[in-house]
Amino acid sequence: MATTLKSVDAVVVGFGWTGAILAQQLCDAGLNVLALERGPWRDTPTDFAPTFAQDELRYMWRHHLFQNVTYGTITVRNNATQEALPMRHLGSFLLGTGVGSGGVHWNGQIWRFLPSDFLARSHNEQRYGKRFTEGLAVQDWGITYEELEPHYDAFEKLCGTSGKAGNLRGTIQPGGNPFEGARSSEYPTPPMQQTYGPTLFGEAAAKLGYHPFPHPSGNLSQPYVNPLGAQLGKCTYCGFCEKFGCGNYSKASPQTTVLPYLMTKPNFTLKTGYEVLRIELTPDRKHATGVTCVNSAGEEFFQPAELVILSAYVLHNVHLLLLSGIGKPYDPQTGEGLVGKNYAYQTMSSVHAFFDDKLLNPFVGAGALATVIDDFNGDNFDHSKLDFIGGGYIAGMITGGRPIEMIYTPEGTPAWGMQWKHAAAKNYLRSFGLSVHGASMSTPGNYLDLDPTYRDVHGRPMLRLTFDFSDNDHRMSDYITERAAEVARAMNPREIKIERRKGSWDVTKYQTTHNTGGAIMGSSPHDSVVNKYLQSWDVANVFSMGSGAFPQQAGYNPTGTVAALAYHSAHAIITQYLKSPGPLVAA
Amino acid sequence: MSARRVLLRTFGILVVLVVVLGGFIACSLHHVVTLPPEPAAPPGARELLTAPIDDSVADARQVRRGQYLVRVGDCLSCHQVAGGQPFAGGLGLNTPFGVIYSANITPDRNTGIGAWTPDQFYHAMHDGIGIHDEHLYPAFPYPWFTHVDRQDIDAIFAFLKTLPAVASTPPPNQLPFPINIRASVAGWNLLFLDKTPFAPDPQQSAEWNRGAEIVNGLGHCGACHTPKNALGAEKRRLPFYGGVIEAHFAPDLTENQRSGLGDWTIDDIAAYLRDGRNAHANAGGLMADVITFSTSLLSDEDRHAIATYLKSLPERTATAAASAEAAAMKRGAQIYADTCSACHLSDGKGQPGFFPPLRRDAVAQQSDPTGFAHIVLAGSRSGPALSRPSALTMPSFAWKLTDQEIADVLTYVRNSWGNQAGAVDSAAVHKLRERLKLQTEHLTDNSSDRE
Repeated sequence: MATTLKSVDAVVVGFGWTGAILAQQLCDAGLNVLALERGPWRDTPTDFAPTFAQDELRYMWRHHLFQNVTYGTITVRNNATQEALPMRHLGSFLLGTGVGSGGVHWNGQIWRFLPSDFLARSHNEQRYGKRFTEGLAVQDWGITYEELEPHYDAFEKLCGTSGKAGNLRGTIQPGGNPFEGARSSEYPTPPMQQTYGPTLFGEAAAKLGYHPFPHPSGNLSQPYVNPLGAQLGKCTYCGFCEKFGCGNYSKASPQTTVLPYLMTKPNFTLKTGYEVLRIELTPDRKHATGVTCVNSAGEEFFQPAELVILSAYVLHNVHLLLLSGIGKPYDPQTGEGLVGKNYAYQTMSSVHAFFDDKLLNPFVGAGALATVIDDFNGDNFDHSKLDFIGGGYIAGMITGGRPIEMIYTPEGTPAWGMQWKHAAAKNYLRSFGLSVHGASMSTPGNYLDLDPTYRDVHGRPMLRLTFDFSDNDHRMSDYITERAAEVARAMNPREIKIERRKGSWDVTKYQTTHNTGGAIMGSSPHDSVVNKYLQSWDVANVFSMGSGAFPQQAGYNPTGTVAALAYHSAHAIITQYLKSPGPLVAA
Repeated sequence: MSARRVLLRTFGILVVLVVVLGGFIACSLHHVVTLPPEPAAPPGARELLTAPIDDSVADARQVRRGQYLVRVGDCLSCHQVAGGQPFAGGLGLNTPFGVIYSANITPDRNTGIGAWTPDQFYHAMHDGIGIHDEHLYPAFPYPWFTHVDRQDIDAIFAFLKTLPAVASTPPPNQLPFPINIRASVAGWNLLFLDKTPFAPDPQQSAEWNRGAEIVNGLGHCGACHTPKNALGAEKRRLPFYGGVIEAHFAPDLTENQRSGLGDWTIDDIAAYLRDGRNAHANAGGLMADVITFSTSLLSDEDRHAIATYLKSLPERTATAAASAEAAAMKRGAQIYADTCSACHLSDGKGQPGFFPPLRRDAVAQQSDPTGFAHIVLAGSRSGPALSRPSALTMPSFAWKLTDQEIADVLTYVRNSWGNQAGAVDSAAVHKLRERLKLQTEHLTDNSSDRE
């Protein structure tokens, strides 16, 4: 029997980026906010101090900051003909847990999506015809870039993002991304200093007529005080960002940007070690009364709340919606139902260049240290003679030279033994990676639902993920990877090695933790789970944050858009919902 | 001086001598003292200091005044323990004589000050005498509070009476005989307690006088920043020359360029008091709580007044620094490059306002390196302020560096980029490591290059 706790104005389920943003916004609006985080408390000096933060074995390989899959996991398969099995070891993506969650161990790559990305169906059909979207489940977002712009701006300022504007209020700026949507202000801090590899990449790309610019970065180029008074320092280029916490306060995270401020608020409470099991509804299933959660001692509680903010990771948010019976689960056989629909991912590939005459020093790196071209992203190039939609950016990037994960050898090198050792030693300082960060278009066959067989430690059905790369995405990836190879060759290396995205999705090999969809947003309850304010169409006091709202994934890292949507949602809750609780968009 | 006063004074000296002897004996017997954990803000602590006082509260104006004065006096830093209730006391102060625990000053009738009268509270603040006519130990800074006028003390009392009552009795003091006999303090008072009320200096501005009143009165800055004599009393001839307190070093506040505030402007000092950090330094150690619970919550006018007064302090006479041995400097430079330069940068310029510069740093250049060594051994956390809430933290290097390595890197920083201060001896680092009960360095199989 669950113990009933004292009611709060808003319960925030999961304390990563979106939980932190919503908690801050709602606390400032005067609400009594309780955040429940299933994982442990984490702070910079205790959990990733600079005296031990750069430990590849502990953090990367032993998953120190990630979800413990012996406690809870998901089941995966490529298509409906297969039997999904539980992931016993994280691979393709790394699920976070604990305070800050993925916001602690991300790379700090802060992107805005293109204005046309939000019109994935209508824009592409208008320009290229319906043939191009055949077999895809892509949808418009029900929100425009212009509506999100102030919220992108807010997040960039929260993080102190280092970058160079390419389009300032409609005027193209030299040195920035000329393809980006108009932005209202310059980045808060100048771009990171580009090291040798990214510089060579930029020169080669420019020679080919492309438009190189520095990657917008949450690893800061200089010390910064954000609008909340929280402080970040200058990045030391230590090369331990993704999968690691930053010991130097140089990477934007909930810990560095929001938490210090929230800790001064008497109306904010954060409980760690509390996992939410389900959202409780009134008998008519139109209103949430709160959440049932369990603490690390196994005791169950009912936490009443006026507002329920789902701000866990996308997979967990969708899981909770399915378990709580909010909305109708998607059925790929009938095409009916919406929760779980349009799961998408990211289509990654890479090219490695090996030099004889150049030392690239890969150990001088950072999560977003890259020179990028966006010439082949979204609809920045003409697709009419091609057979796909979407695109991706090509980045000449040095995220680090970590000794286990990041040793690259040329084509034909054996995977072990003396020859591998020789090749590794010869090429470690002389190799450079170009990464192709491709979009993932949703299809009717890729989706999330409750597993019929496997259950988690609480006895709940696990979440089942059914995914494979679409033909569209394979064609897109092959085309852009070839463009990346051309840039790599223009850098005049001894040789290059192309890692195409081949075959079916493989859950074992790390690609990226950019899972999207399942609780998609839109302009109608007939084709989406939440409205443009991320409010459930079915239960008006439940808001579902995160990339679950993406109807498909664009060719960018999702965090900037995840955060912008969170700010947009918070703004609507504060200015509209609190005055008149109920649906913010008429169904 | 009357014959009676002479007699009293002689008696006082006798008592004091006994006390001193007792103190030395206690020290030599290795009186076991455990350091309390760093005081951290329990939930709601700062809110009590900043919550608006409603007009409906009795004597609202006086209570508001009292709330502000409790911030000026930094009462909360000592009258709470980590994880405990605000103002419920129980914090152990490690004096050279033993551990003295702070009192519960919530209005609980049995364990706090709920049954006290305003007269009794005034007697404690002004004379250091408790409600049972017992002497309070001067770890409670009544030698400074004695300069505060009755009206202000009554206001503080009125505010404390509005706090939530907490039933909690602090642990008994750990003091050796005869200091554990409170009457011994009578002699101390005779020698050192100067109850002269604060008198404004007509030659100085009103702002300077306000600063002097805070610094030398309720703010009790000298309690840490003025060196103490063997009896734990201020060395009045060395005002604000800096002092060791609980193995931290409270820096020199005089105009000295190297060890004091000579390089700082009035605005720099005011910004430090507001934010807990400025272009020169971050407030760590015991000062972190002073920032969080006191100076960051004062008015801009009062911070400016404090700064104005401090900038008028006469410069501490410079001490000649011995030059450091070249080998130690070379070793120190290598350690600095590996372990310090990422944050403090290779030229020691740091990231002003964020990670403090070490070039021209006062803590680094104090004649006594204890405070500096403490930071490297135990780490340091910048006191969060409302304006700068990030508790920026330097990690402990105790497990990572040997005593010799720490001594070398300290020597290097104390004598680089124009800094000048005496070399640091590894034995001193070792002693401090033992005293702070910190983990010894973690030796691995490939540490054969270590002693």
